[in-house]
Amino acid sequence: MEISLRDLVTVLHGMGFGTLFMMAFSGAIGVIYVTAFVGVQPIAQRATTLMFRFYLVSMVVLSWLTVLSGTYLIYPWYRAKPPAGTTDLSLYPRSLLLSSPRTSGWHDLGMEWKEHIAWFTPIAMTMVAYVFIKYGPQIALHRQLRNAVLGFTAAAFFATAVAGGVGAFLNKNAPVRGGAQIILYRGE
Amino acid sequence: MATTPNFHNETLRRPNGSGAAAILAAGIGAGVLGILALASDAIPAVNHVFQFAPASGDLSGVTTTSVIIWLLVWFGLSRHWRGRDVNLLPINLAALALLAAGLLLTFPPFMDLLEGK
Repeated sequence: MEISLRDLVTVLHGMGFGTLFMMAFSGAIGVIYVTAFVGVQPIAQRATTLMFRFYLVSMVVLSWLTVLSGTYLIYPWYRAKPPAGTTDLSLYPRSLLLSSPRTSGWHDLGMEWKEHIAWFTPIAMTMVAYVFIKYGPQIALHRQLRNAVLGFTAAAFFATAVAGGVGAFLNKNAPVRGGAQIILYRGE
Repeated sequence: MATTPNFHNETLRRPNGSGAAAILAAGIGAGVLGILALASDAIPAVNHVFQFAPASGDLSGVTTTSVIIWLLVWFGLSRHWRGRDVNLLPINLAALALLAAGLLLTFPPFMDLLEGK
């Protein structure tokens, strides 16, 4: 059972960072909702507040790791140009997608959108975490701050859903492959 | 005897300036990201300038420049508004409008429409 280095990094980018981040969204909305709407007293304990802060900071770190690994590790493999005369384009996902009108849209619309929209998420979530940490339970006193935080959280969710969804489909149509082979398990 | 702080007490209320600075800066960062993405797609000279990391193409320059502008704006606004209360409604509206514009400007069919493709 083997996996290539590029497969491994892609899995880490999508499943490790991206999916973990996506899964954390419901918790983040819950944290903000409880803090801002439900009431302060039950969550005023120091340990709970610290846990909420840790949760949001973890999301921010995951969002930055996702976009940085995507932009500087995987994207260069995706967009690498094949040498002249190459007929097997399986190691060149962008060229593979563009080689057929049936798949070119995955690059023209899918990747072109994904590569940019993903970057809204760390910007938005960094702001959300900062405001949450700065104001804590006091955010309940600032209705406009709370509205902005929820608006940007929703936008970050949308951006992540687009980037993650398109990424999954791109990986189905033209996976990033190649690099050193890593043996995970030796079968009989 | 220890008492639980009453966070609903208006006398303990923090000024909203720092939060407003973070919100508007995030909106500006998002808007700049959209504008730079469009500019890089539409103008070859801009695209060339943004090849910060050639392996990642203009995406590296577009995003790095946007992040730098976002952080600089945040720093500037934060210094200006720290410890103050500001009217958040227009700031929120501007930030969310910039965010929406940024999201729209990165949508390829909308980019193509603006570029007349």
